[in-house]
Amino acid sequence: MSHVNQIAPPFNSNMPTGNYDIIVIGGGHNGLVCAAYLAKAGKRVLVLENRHILGGAAASEEIFPEFTFSVYSYVVSLFRPHIVRELDLTRHGYQVIPLECTFTPFPDGESMTRCGDPEATRREIARFSPKDAEVAPRFSLAMTQMASFIKHLIDTPAVDLTSLRISELAKLLGLGRRFKALADGDKYVLTKLMTMSAVDFLKLWFESDRLIGPVSVSGIIGTFLGVRSPGTAYVLLHHYMGEIDGAFRSWGFSKGGTGGVSLACARAARSFGADIRTEAAVEKIIVREGKAAGVVVRGGHDIKCNTVISAADAHQTFFKLVGEKHLDADFVQQLKRFKYRGSSAKVNLAVDRLPDFSSKPGEGPHLRGDITIAPGVEYLEKAYDDAKYGDFSARPFLDIVIPSLTDPTVAPPGKHVISIFVQYAPYHLKEGAAQWPAKREALGDTVVDTLAEYCPNLKDSILHRQVVTPWDLEQEVGLTEGNIFQGELSLEQLGPFRPVSGWSRYQAPIDQLWMCGSCVHPGGGIMGAPGELAAKTLLKTG
Amino acid sequence: MPIPTPFHDRTAALCSSYRWTDWAGYYAVSSYNLPNDSEYYSLRHAAGIIDISPLFKYEVSGPDAALFLSRIMTKNIEDIPIGRAVYCCWCDDFGKIIDDGTVFRLDNERLRVHTAEPMLAWFEQFKRGFDVSLEDISAKVAALAIQGPTSRDILRQISDMDVDALAYYQLTMAQLDKLPVLISRTGYTGDLGYEIWMDNAAALPLWDALMSAGKPFLLQPFGLDVLDIARIEAGLILNGIEFHNATHCLVESQKSTPFELGLGWTVDLDREPFCGQQALKAEQATGSQLALVGLELDWDEQAALYAKHGLPVQVHPGAWRSGVPVYNNDGRRQIGKATSGAWSPMIKKNLALAAVDTRYAEIGTRLKIEYTVEYQRETVTAEVASRPFYNPEHKRS
Repeated sequence: MSHVNQIAPPFNSNMPTGNYDIIVIGGGHNGLVCAAYLAKAGKRVLVLENRHILGGAAASEEIFPEFTFSVYSYVVSLFRPHIVRELDLTRHGYQVIPLECTFTPFPDGESMTRCGDPEATRREIARFSPKDAEVAPRFSLAMTQMASFIKHLIDTPAVDLTSLRISELAKLLGLGRRFKALADGDKYVLTKLMTMSAVDFLKLWFESDRLIGPVSVSGIIGTFLGVRSPGTAYVLLHHYMGEIDGAFRSWGFSKGGTGGVSLACARAARSFGADIRTEAAVEKIIVREGKAAGVVVRGGHDIKCNTVISAADAHQTFFKLVGEKHLDADFVQQLKRFKYRGSSAKVNLAVDRLPDFSSKPGEGPHLRGDITIAPGVEYLEKAYDDAKYGDFSARPFLDIVIPSLTDPTVAPPGKHVISIFVQYAPYHLKEGAAQWPAKREALGDTVVDTLAEYCPNLKDSILHRQVVTPWDLEQEVGLTEGNIFQGELSLEQLGPFRPVSGWSRYQAPIDQLWMCGSCVHPGGGIMGAPGELAAKTLLKTG
Repeated sequence: MPIPTPFHDRTAALCSSYRWTDWAGYYAVSSYNLPNDSEYYSLRHAAGIIDISPLFKYEVSGPDAALFLSRIMTKNIEDIPIGRAVYCCWCDDFGKIIDDGTVFRLDNERLRVHTAEPMLAWFEQFKRGFDVSLEDISAKVAALAIQGPTSRDILRQISDMDVDALAYYQLTMAQLDKLPVLISRTGYTGDLGYEIWMDNAAALPLWDALMSAGKPFLLQPFGLDVLDIARIEAGLILNGIEFHNATHCLVESQKSTPFELGLGWTVDLDREPFCGQQALKAEQATGSQLALVGLELDWDEQAALYAKHGLPVQVHPGAWRSGVPVYNNDGRRQIGKATSGAWSPMIKKNLALAAVDTRYAEIGTRLKIEYTVEYQRETVTAEVASRPFYNPEHKRS
């Protein structure tokens, strides 16, 4: 990891010098994107990262020798293409390899592979429902139309619903116009998307549970909701907005793991003159006379600046670093109601051979995409039922990728890394969240057992296993209650309501304190948009 | 009708898309899969293998072999040390390009030339007075290119020689899995890579050995469609697209000179006479009218054209070679033509190769290129950029 140290030396051995205009707390991808934009605009910027590596939840680590895990997040899609261009990230090592397929094995020995070949996909779905096979392209088209409508929303700051400023009204009007410009049918689709559950919405199109199950899971990722919970249809769309090279609904691996995205952002920030330090735990944001004036780093170092931007989540920023005493009671109340309730975990495996699925034996493109254990709606609802009462799912939804099949840098030749996203693993266990360390390996066993039901050779192939529970996410990367999006992406927590109504425009209710993490609009995923929009908004206000 | 290459049994078994094209009379795979993204990404991130047997290959031997080729080529072939390869081109008496290719110096009196078109007759006409023999070995020698960042790791597994010692544009005789081959560190992808030349009889066993050794290093076969994207990213020109063999051209404007094609670096002017020398000297003195440039298209302007139709911006997979006009910055005057281009997944830009008036060839010059959206012809800004567009460190390291 020597190259990381070149970009970002540890704080302790290398104290930053110079007068900084801006300090960014948190060297995750959003903090780094934000810093890059600000440095590009000529600001003197210092980024302080708590951990020894950069990336926050978009980090790659060689947990076991020669095996690099994308420890937390695992795929890239939503990262805004214009950020790549504006920060010249390809020159700094940003490389994304698209996923080829979505493969869903079923317990009865069947499977479904959906890939980039439309006719092959149609034949595959038609094995279960000829009607669904015909409707699927229409569904994709409708979602693309919805995504291009919504895209404007995620690429601009949220509309301020209370402001009478001309610019805000114009934005609302513009939104209204775009809505009006949609075909009538699309208006209904959009309205339904905003209100329905993922499953109900999908049932408007499809009949086969084998298709609805795996498609619906995009509606629950990172939320403590079930596929039948109202509002999850919108989250489905959020995952459809991912673009790679102009194509919606495409997901990819970042070369070298998701930390590759963060490192590219860090290199860009450095190239524009930003200073970045790791192992710099910010303990406090200095607030003087209602104004942020600097930070205190562990070890008692005060670093002064004109503006502080926090990429940490709202809970960490305001309750841990600022302190309630500096905040208005109503703001505190709203912030306390902001829902985190992390619901997912991650299991990373190092294996000595590829998994061999009984339903589709051998190797093939189906292993080079994402592999979804979501065999039906009932399975997913049962998984949710366990979580509702404080247990991890006995048979969880798994989203599996094998990045070493397309990226030779993450595993030794012939060996592989398997990344398994697991839901539900509720932060709030019935025994209490602090019991997670005691349950960590039990969760790992459950995940391996679940997957081994579909690929019997899995258990013998495992060389190393890492289990990351929501508790670990909170402890290691500071994600409150282990929510991967710094707060649920449920409708009432999006746009102008994120994280607190009236405070969605990156500025905090403390002068010269700003937010740029996923807890602000437009939310989570390796998107970079909060970081970018925070920087641009700040630069506009001078 | 095309005929199979020595690798056909293997390539045909893998070509699930049935997408073939005719390359110099041989069946060549356009793409193995549909879509072919994985071929591209394995080439750029791991390794890819492609059958390049349809290249024309000539063995030139005898005491005057190097001298003879120096008479033909723009480059002084006598200067090439044994074990080196060079890229060069050759011209007619008027300095107009005939073809380009690689010349390998196997030993003092034995060289090989690889060309895109048949060149026996062209070369033969210069033979008089030289103690040289010329053999067309095209049909006897099969060839593969193995390219990409893990290609060296793969060769290391089955080679009897020190692959790491083979520098960029060096070549050596070696055994791969006990099969005698000629390996050159050359290619047409702008990546780390090798070309392997062998007797036809060794073709299938060598393919099998490479595929087997390559598996842990994620080796995949790729077709000409991906090669076309890769060579554009590498800024490399193609006979029949960026230039035309002067002997095929009906009018002067269809011909090009090495200087116009950015191949000035392959021209050694001050030496014994060679074909086209006088004309090229004159051109160097007066300057060229045209220059080959790389262009990067402005993304926001492309997006705006799509937005006019209510469409999200679209990226067309694969390279184009249909040719479009290039205009000056105000769009009023055509100052050149773009001959081919592609969306580059590595650098996230639409790229093009173009021949433009030399006054517009400086890096950073903003031009306009024709761009059609929804059947409407428009233009977008294209900036002259340095080539290669994609130039990874591992290419030469």
